[in-house]
Order: sequence, then C-alpha cells, then structure tokens
Amino acid sequence: MALPKYTEPHYRIWHYIYLFICGCVFFFLIAPLFVIFPLSFNAEEFLVITDGMKRLDPEAFSLRWYEDMVFGTKNPWGLAAKNSFFIAIFATIGAVILGTVAALGLSSRYMPYKGIIMATLISPMIVPLIISGVAIFFFMAKAGLAATHTGIILAHIILGTPFVVITVTATLSGFDHSVTRAAASLGSNPVNTFMKITLPLILPGVISGALFAFVTSFDEVVIVLFLAGLDNTTIPVQMWTGLREQLSPTILAVATCLILLSTLVLVAAELLRRRSERIRGINR
Amino acid sequence: MSSDTQKILTTDGVPLEVSLKKVERRNKFKAFLLVAPLLFFLLIVYISPIIGMLFNSVDDRMVTNALPKTFIAMEKWDGKELPSEEVFEAFYIDFQKLIEEEKEGKLSTQLNYEKNGFKSIIKKLRRKSKSFEEGNYKEQIMAVHERWANVEYWRAIKRRAPSYSYSKYLKGVDMYQNEEGKFVQVEEDRRIYKKLWVRTLKIAFYVTLFCFLMAYPIAHLLATLPMKYSNLLMICVLLPFWTSLLVRTASWMILLQQQGVVNDFLVWIGLVADDKRLVMMYNETGTYIAMTQILLPFMVLPLYSVMKTISPSLVRAGKSLGGTPFITFWKVYFPLTIPGIGAGSLLVFILAIGYYITPELVGGASGTLISNQIAYHMKYTLDWSFASAMGLMLLAGVLAVYWVYNKLVGIDNIKLG
Repeated sequence: MALPKYTEPHYRIWHYIYLFICGCVFFFLIAPLFVIFPLSFNAEEFLVITDGMKRLDPEAFSLRWYEDMVFGTKNPWGLAAKNSFFIAIFATIGAVILGTVAALGLSSRYMPYKGIIMATLISPMIVPLIISGVAIFFFMAKAGLAATHTGIILAHIILGTPFVVITVTATLSGFDHSVTRAAASLGSNPVNTFMKITLPLILPGVISGALFAFVTSFDEVVIVLFLAGLDNTTIPVQMWTGLREQLSPTILAVATCLILLSTLVLVAAELLRRRSERIRGINR
Repeated sequence: MSSDTQKILTTDGVPLEVSLKKVERRNKFKAFLLVAPLLFFLLIVYISPIIGMLFNSVDDRMVTNALPKTFIAMEKWDGKELPSEEVFEAFYIDFQKLIEEEKEGKLSTQLNYEKNGFKSIIKKLRRKSKSFEEGNYKEQIMAVHERWANVEYWRAIKRRAPSYSYSKYLKGVDMYQNEEGKFVQVEEDRRIYKKLWVRTLKIAFYVTLFCFLMAYPIAHLLATLPMKYSNLLMICVLLPFWTSLLVRTASWMILLQQQGVVNDFLVWIGLVADDKRLVMMYNETGTYIAMTQILLPFMVLPLYSVMKTISPSLVRAGKSLGGTPFITFWKVYFPLTIPGIGAGSLLVFILAIGYYITPELVGGASGTLISNQIAYHMKYTLDWSFASAMGLMLLAGVLAVYWVYNKLVGIDNIKLG
C-alpha cells in the first residue's frame, strides 16, 4: 500500500508505525509455530535452544526424537495415531451426511421455524466444550458407550455437524434451484437429482465442511479426556498427558508433524474456498 | 367474466387455494424431514443430557435414600438442641444398613460437602459401632467423637433431607442457606468461587480487548492490500487457525518457560538480568498471552470480511471533503466496521469464557478459569451435581451472549475461513 506523494510527513510516520504494528501482530501470530521446528531436531533432551544450535553445529541437531516417536518401545503414539485417524474419519463421515442433509432442508424456503432450528443445530459450536463434555459423558455412561470408539465418534459427530451445516448452507445460498426443477421436469427422481446435479455443485462446501469436521475431531481433547479409556487414547490426549507430566522433545516431533498436516489442510481448504466462490459467482 | 368464477379450480375440481396450501404443507414436511435426522440425533445425544444436568444439579436423593428412618424421626425435631434418642436410634439402624451395603463412604462424601469434618467421624463411627450395645444409642454415638455431640452436625444432616435442593447453585456463588433458611455468604477467606467467576469474566474481557486491538490493524491491512500480498499474509492468520490447539499451547509453554526463548531473548538484549528471569508461565500472564494468540484469528476473520465490503471510495470521499485521515477514519471508516467488531468480540468472548485446555496447561493456580474448576469436580472430587450446577450457570451466561450474537449478527452469518 504505497502512500501518495503529497502525504504530509507526520502522516507518513503514522503510516510506518501502523505497518510496524501490523508486522508485530503477524509475528506474534505465526512465530510461536516456528519455535517448534528447530527444537524438535534438538540432540539434547532439553527444550531450550542449546549453544550448539546457535552456532549451527551439525552435532547439535539430530533426528532422535523422530525415531523415538516412530520406533520408541514404550511410546503410545502409534496406537494414538491409529485411533485418532479412525475416530476422525468416521466422525467426519457421520457429520457430513447428517450435516449436508440438514443443510438441504434448512435452505428450503418452506422450512418452518428456521431460526430456532438453526440455532439448535449450531449450538454444539457455541456451548463451552467442558459443558458438552460433561453432558455427553453422562449420556454415554448411561448408554454404556463410555470408553468405546463408538461413544467418541458419536460425540465428535455432534461437534462436527455445525461446521458442515454452516459451510453447506453458505454454498447453497447461491444455489440456483431452477436446475433441480429442470432435472425433475426431465423425469429425474429426487435422489438422482441430488446425486447428479445438486451434490456436484455444492461439493466444495461439503468438502470444506468435512475438513472442519475432520480437524475438529482430530484436535479434540476435552471430550475424549472424559470418555476415553486406555485403549481409546488419541494424539491430542497423549500430547495433553505429555505436556502435563514431562515435556519431552518427542512431543515437539509430533507437533511438527501436526503443523505439516495442518499446512496441508490449510492449502486444501483455501483451494476449495476459491473454487466455491467461483461457482457461486457463476450462479449469480 | 361472470361473477361466479371467484373461486379458481384446479383440473381435478379442488379450489386452487386449498390445493396450494396442501402443496405448501407437503413441502414444509419434506424440508423438515431432511433436518429431522440431525435434529433428533442432537436432541437425544446432546440436548437431553444437558437438560439432564439440570436434574443432576438439584438431585439429592442419594442422602435421602441413605438415611430414610433418620429423616422420618427428624421430622419432629426442631433443630434447636441435640435430637432425641429416637433420632440417634434411627440413624444407627440406617447406618448399619449402609455398612452392610458398603455405601457409608458415599454418604460421608456427600455429608462432607455439606459440612467439613464428616469424613473422619463417620469412619470412626463405623469402626466403633461394631461393639455397640443395644439401647441408649445417643450416649454411645456421642462418645465416639465430640463432633457427634455437636448440634451443628445434626443440623447439617437434616439440611440434606429433601430429595431436591438448589444448595449446589448457592455453593457456586459462595453462599449457603443457614439454619433459619436465610441465604448467607460463606466466610471471607473461603469465598473461592466468586473470585473465580470474576476472574473468568475479567480474563475473557481482556482477551477480547487485546484480540480486538491486535486484530483491527491487521484486518485493515489485509482488506486494503492488493490481493496477491493479502493472500500471502492471510496464511499467517489461517495457519494458526488450522493448527492443533495443543501444538499452539505447547509452543507457548516452550516460549514462556524460565529458560525459554522469550526469557533468553530478554536476557540477551539486557532487559532482564539472568538471575531474574520473568515468570510468565503457570500464572495469569501465561493465560493472557496464550489465549490472545490462540483466539486472535476468530477476531481477524469477521473483521476482515466486513472491512472487505467497505468501498475505498468512501474514505477518499471523506478526505476530498476536507477530513484529515484521522477524522475520516473515525467518522467514516470506523462506524462501518462496527458489525465486524461486534461479531468478532462476541465470538472471542464466548470462546474465551469457556476455555479449558490452555488455562489448565499454562495457567497454574492463578490463571485457571471456571471450566477448570468444573473439570476438577468431575474428575477428582466426583461431586458431579456441583459440576453440573456450575456448568449450567456458565452455560446460562454463554447462551445469553449467544442470544445477543444471534440477534445482532445472525447465526447463519458466521464466516469460516
């Protein structure tokens, strides 16, 4: 943002101060993530930048914590990763199906009590996690689903659906309903119309909702802490225990992997958002 | 056209109006049918347990059912002096039955919530009551421990007689109902929950404020920069947004610890002496810093989406009419961003007030919030009804803010990413 030539000097100074403040805030946002990278390659067992690292001494860096993460004998990360992916994938599938179908209903102009129903469907996103955790724990304990994968998956479906509902209704807001009527007039049944016409058009919204649901489940720890037994441990639960008990560099190795994963998700989400905006633009 | 054609009929002879209404009803039903699976799923697995918490929080049948005979005998007792032999005998019979069923531990936990000191005297009574002789139970029980001869403790038992009570809610705000049924505050040095509520609100408020102060300039920069730069800078906002909460908390733990990067840096530039490194973690400061960074994207994104829609020509018009940059900003630009400020602030405030993970890890004793207290009672003291009561009080607050948010912003206007 270049300043015009006629800008008076003191406004020019203000402008640079403003840019400086912005730079600081961006630094504050992003820098903490980058602290983790060098420390995860630390050859020592401490969580500080050693003198050797400051001198860029190759001896001070090592992959031992990554080895420990993958091959460590007592390490629970393998089981945790398996559980995390298993739970997140099924929770995403559940949330996407329920959320997309509900969003289709909500976007219909005939939908009665739209406001209150929407508020109810979004509520799991607003209610503090600790309260959701307590309530879901009571339910699952009564239903005999505590300490089971099923219980955790059901809980994560609850948390994931609001994101799917929001993203899909947003995509549907620009949706031209005359195409479905055209399909119907050409003799297509509703299911066929949905699969061949509606779904491909709203797919970006569905997938970005699915990404949110996946990340929410993959990252969720409060409810899993209430529900999980020893066999249901997930990556976040292991990180939680690790951070509370002893901060070992292995956690930083895991964290680095998670940051890489979230970078991938970010890129995917960004591409989808642009595609969805393009589609909505065409329909308008 | 003749006058008898007021009613238009469809081909099968039904009035058009009726037919249209029928179609509308069918469409309504179809739309509802699509929403129904999710709605019923949430009602059963989510909403009903939350309502169940309401029941849990006032449910006090455990004690009522544990001491049935005692409470019947106590009905005649006025509570002024020690109860009669009849009450002691009923209590002894109830207590023996509890020992048989191995439930006396639960009772002692419950009574201990009501008045401290029950745990040890019940344990002692359990041991001594094996050698009790028949008759004159009052004397024998009172001989076990002096507290059994204290009328206060018997009054505490009587207070737990009703099956339902709202005492947990009172406890949540450091109050209790005394013998005369009046609401009184607990002693000054034992008021912990009020302090916690105030601290939760204070931290949520300041975190919201800090987020606003930091988010406003960068949202403005993102909205005014050309697309190719702003997309790049947007990554700085979105990457933390997509990164695991625990990863971000872990990185703050590394940064803020006494041998951590921030302290290292401060020592290196000479701002802090090496032996006087700042304590920034396991206290309130840690909670503030970490929560502000973690919640910042939730403020930036709504602000950005509002600022993006403000036409730059408005500011140019303001300037061309003689406004200085500051006046133009304050009178033209700022008022237009208020919807974004409202949306972002409410969102951050709602999220901050129920935060659990980050305060638990970096907050220490002085930086924890109400959520941490709820988790503590769920996991360690197992006072689930108290946890439910606290949770519902928190929920009531959050729902009030949510309601305001819904009125002002509209829940379907939440922007994600």
